[in-house]
Amino acid sequence: MVNFPAGRPPPGAIDCDIHPAVPSTRALLPYLDDYWREHILRRGLEQENLEASSYPANAAINGRPDWRLPSGPPGSSLAAMQTHLLDRLRPSYAICNVIHGAQVMLSEDLSAALCRAINNWIRAEWLDRDPRLRASIVVPPHSAELAVEEIERLAHDRRFVQVLLLSMAELPLGRRQNWPIYRAAAEHGLPIGIHAGSSFRHPPSAGGWPSYYLEDYVSQSQGFQASVNSLVSEGVFVKFPDLKVVLIESGVTWLPASLWRLDKTWRGVRAEVPWLEEQPTETVRRHVRLTLQPFDAPPAEPQLKKLLEQLGSDRMLLFSSDYPHWHYDGDDALPSGLPAELMQKICVENPLETYSRLTPADIKETPR
Amino acid sequence: MTRHVVASVAEIPSGGRKIVTVKGREIGIFRIGDDFHGLINRCPHQGAPLCTGEIVSRLVAPMPGDYRLTRPGEMIRCPWHCWEFDIRTGQSLCDPNSVQARAFDVAVEAGKTLVDGPFVAELVQVSVEETYVVVTL
Ligand code: FES
Repeated sequence: MVNFPAGRPPPGAIDCDIHPAVPSTRALLPYLDDYWREHILRRGLEQENLEASSYPANAAINGRPDWRLPSGPPGSSLAAMQTHLLDRLRPSYAICNVIHGAQVMLSEDLSAALCRAINNWIRAEWLDRDPRLRASIVVPPHSAELAVEEIERLAHDRRFVQVLLLSMAELPLGRRQNWPIYRAAAEHGLPIGIHAGSSFRHPPSAGGWPSYYLEDYVSQSQGFQASVNSLVSEGVFVKFPDLKVVLIESGVTWLPASLWRLDKTWRGVRAEVPWLEEQPTETVRRHVRLTLQPFDAPPAEPQLKKLLEQLGSDRMLLFSSDYPHWHYDGDDALPSGLPAELMQKICVENPLETYSRLTPADIKETPR
Repeated sequence: MTRHVVASVAEIPSGGRKIVTVKGREIGIFRIGDDFHGLINRCPHQGAPLCTGEIVSRLVAPMPGDYRLTRPGEMIRCPWHCWEFDIRTGQSLCDPNSVQARAFDVAVEAGKTLVDGPFVAELVQVSVEETYVVVTL
């Protein structure tokens, strides 16, 4: 076993959430079908960057100061990402999750066209150029039919390891209209990644539109709670017993309390959802995973230990850097206070168990 | 252990129940077809009078949307927080291995055999022509 400094992920770690950014809509033009290229040019859409950021462009969290680029949004340069992240932390794999306006378009067809272009772009300009990279398939989430078409188009390429959705869409995620997406994902061994975010036309809080970013950011966990409650209650995991779901940038601390409440309430209203034969917590522990950064750690280490106990499973957390977002300095991508014996699980074993398309053969324990 | 005669068979129709007190304990006597079952009238959750709850079926679904009504009239639903219990065993549906209402041995005996004793019949008058529900406690 190679020694590694605390805070640094161990060799062979799998980074389950990095964010390559589409530099501009112009960059997607070569990857669009002819029809949609002309459509976009006629509307002048190539002048919009169609980014789906929840944060103001200059917010510190969008990009670590030493990772900002001379031009283009943070995360838009592969060479920079290699220097900042891949060649330093030396993960065996890093999973690219592109968050883009394509995922929130009202036109299902335009959404699908842009998602196709993004998937083509990530394949040609990132996956083909660095063997450590893997990617999520971005899909038009508001049309299960078109989303399935896109999954089927790309599933043969095993570098696509996941299907990406946002936590707050037109409908709670568990609804049956979405099931074709889950069926296709399960058939191809692709987990569903649920990233923080919404279509920006539904309030992030159940109580309506907040006034301040502070409320908005904190309310995101409500969206994840709702997603988990919906997926469980609608019986998605009963219907698709092989499906895994990865909550990305969800934070972790809200989960145990939410599950206590889910279990407790289920006992009394079980008959309404008779397909749920076991305590919802058991289902969630088997099917749901969470990426680590940004980690909403409790203020003190003993509390963190408690939280891990409350999660009740050492298989749920997945290492992520959330590059290029600013959650840590230097190479200390792992939040402090995590027990050493969990490192190998969080960084290697759990990601391998979750992403069946990643093969352990490619993971070497290279000394630094 | 004493045999307590708690009801005549005739007074509890199928699907019916009678709550009786034996040695200071309240026990619900349930009749499912021709079988009699006894459950403590105290919910293991927070002590509600369990046996006064609604008698229901066991609703199941092997898949979402595939609804099946099974074991009609064999479950009791607690009047307080609606946990469901199997009348035959006292097992809860939500946590069958650790949440359980105490079940009692209940038998049906002919008055003819009962009169030879010993038995306690504080609640009913025993006559040789009838059959009775007997709890051993
Ligand atoms: S007291 Fe019976 S369910 Fe709560």
